[in-house]
Amino acid sequence: MVRVNLDIAKSLMTARWQQTGIAAVGVTFSITMFIALLGFMNGLNSMLDGLIINRTAHVRLYNDISPTKNQPIAIGTDSTKEHHFIHSLKATSVRKDIYNAPQIMQALRQDKRVTGIAPRLSAQILYNAGSIDITGVLNGIEADAESNLFHFSDYISRGEAKDLNSIPNAVILGKGVAEKLLVEPGDVVQVTTSLGNKLSLKVVAFFQSGIAEYDKVQSFVSIETVQKLLGVSKSYVSDIQVKLTDITLAPAYAKELSAVYQVNAEDIQTANEQFETGSFIRSLISYAVGITLLIVAGFGIYNILNMMIYEKMDTIAILKATGFSGADVRSIFMYIALSIGLVGGLVGLIIGYVLLRIIDTIPFVTAALPTINTYPVDYNPVYFFIGITFSLITTALAGFFPSRKASIVDPVTIIRGK
Amino acid sequence: MIKTEPILKANGIEKYFNDPVRVKVLDNICFEIQKGDFVAITGKSGCGKSTLLYILSTLDTDYDGQLWLEGKLTSGKTDKELALIRNQKIGFVFQFHYLLNEFTVLKNVMLPALKLGQKSKEEIEHDAIQNLKLLGMDQKALKNANQLSGGEKQRVAIARALINQPLIIMGDEPTGNLDNKNTDIVYDIFKELSTTFQQTLLIVTHDQEFAAKTHRTLVMEDGRMV
Ligand SMILES: Nc1ncnc2c1ncn2[C@@H]1O[C@H](COP(=O)(O)OP(=O)(O)O)[C@@H](O)[C@H]1O
Ligand SMILES: [Mg+2]
Repeated sequence: MVRVNLDIAKSLMTARWQQTGIAAVGVTFSITMFIALLGFMNGLNSMLDGLIINRTAHVRLYNDISPTKNQPIAIGTDSTKEHHFIHSLKATSVRKDIYNAPQIMQALRQDKRVTGIAPRLSAQILYNAGSIDITGVLNGIEADAESNLFHFSDYISRGEAKDLNSIPNAVILGKGVAEKLLVEPGDVVQVTTSLGNKLSLKVVAFFQSGIAEYDKVQSFVSIETVQKLLGVSKSYVSDIQVKLTDITLAPAYAKELSAVYQVNAEDIQTANEQFETGSFIRSLISYAVGITLLIVAGFGIYNILNMMIYEKMDTIAILKATGFSGADVRSIFMYIALSIGLVGGLVGLIIGYVLLRIIDTIPFVTAALPTINTYPVDYNPVYFFIGITFSLITTALAGFFPSRKASIVDPVTIIRGK
Repeated sequence: MIKTEPILKANGIEKYFNDPVRVKVLDNICFEIQKGDFVAITGKSGCGKSTLLYILSTLDTDYDGQLWLEGKLTSGKTDKELALIRNQKIGFVFQFHYLLNEFTVLKNVMLPALKLGQKSKEEIEHDAIQNLKLLGMDQKALKNANQLSGGEKQRVAIARALINQPLIIMGDEPTGNLDNKNTDIVYDIFKELSTTFQQTLLIVTHDQEFAAKTHRTLVMEDGRMV
């Protein structure tokens, strides 16, 4: 029974294939644009997010230098009635490392919510370049952990990240630093700590983050090198970067760690609020454009179906006279609408995909992003799924009223009218 | 003697049109049709024959009175139930050969049976070709419906009306648009259906000659049976 209705729908469409084709092309166009826009916008999104989020810890543990919150003067007196002349008990002899770092790291490694951790120890230093010194920061890292968790190796523009482990006193210089010092991989640079300790480092690679200010200051060495430079023990660590299995857990997890270990813990959401907003707006624009196009296509289908029903009044009347019910007639026209949506939508998905493949090959070279050579594209299957769903929903809505009109056509009026 | 159940029974059927003023077009129509009857309804143009036939064929549900088919009351049934009755029990032949131009002759004949869905497609196709043979149209089976002449179309319409072996065939001036030769052909077909297959037929016509050749003629005048 349903087969007959489908069969009739097919015949009606082939009899009016030009109109049907035009309606389908409308859907195809909007779905193509929808897919291309979403894939491209989200490609950009993940690239821009990648700039920050990829290499930022979900939770960062550190020890902030801050004066005690419970100033002694406030303990014995009532601060509402009296004025305190003594109020600033300054921070002194605070340890800059994380207390009990090895134990914390041990515990974190066993936590199921944690993908991995990477400790850091940073030191303020001066790069010695001839007669002048350039201030900078030497980050002591575990190169493997940084690469696995935070894509560290993606940002190495010359050389290899893993040389940090194999070559003693190796350094990866920020691109900006290298330019100022006029050095190439293989050269040696001198650094001095604030306490006057000097160390010679061998340049093995350059680091380019995409943020020029950052690259003018930062360089990377193994964590042991910094510990040696500062003359501290192997357990001395200033930061522990934690990557979680689920990024959304970060704020709660940061609170938990802060309470349990008495350290400062910062989550990624708090640290990078503005990036979320940018991504959200870009997605919103693509959805808005895609849906607007679909609505326009929907009106096209609505018009064409109305026209078709007006032309096919006789057919509807005969079908009803020979035993097709109003519901059958409605389903015939709904089949037409949905076929237009399905075929138009699927072709749209294919062309959209092809368009994304083309965008994907267009060169996009920027000094800021050493690992990206072409425009970024996101082929997330979810967009294709949303695209076909939207096209079916739109065509179903567009077909609903014309189909209902067809189902209530009074055959007597039509037959009499001949 | 056992009184057989009439195939069709109309009881006190009345119909008004409200356009532009309220007029009674059918007034207390009562009659019965037995199995195998070949009945003609005649009357002057505008006396309400078509209006009555649309009611009898369940296409028009806006009337007073009762209509029974095979002893079952059809008045007040739902659109779906009535569609099934039309599909299974009634074969309709219009004055204007209504065929679907999107389909071949064969498919036009098959459609009501495909809709009924009681037989396989192969059986239906076989039946349809048999029907077309009976009407001398099997040579044109694969032509498109709009490639036929008026008389040919009417014969195909009759083949379609027969496909589900209906209880009754109704025709609204089926020869009204045909020349004498084709009128005779169509009449002969009805006659043969009646005598050979005991097919029940109810045909509206204002062709007196045609009416005279049927078993029984009902005459209408101003919405009444006389
Ligand atoms: N939709 C309608 N609205 C108002 N009057 C109608 C309508 N259809 C038919 N009539 C009138 O009803 C009467 C019967 O028409 P009809 O059944 O077609 O007559 P017949 O078939 O016997 O020629 C006629 O007077 C016709 O003008
Ligand atoms: Mg008439």
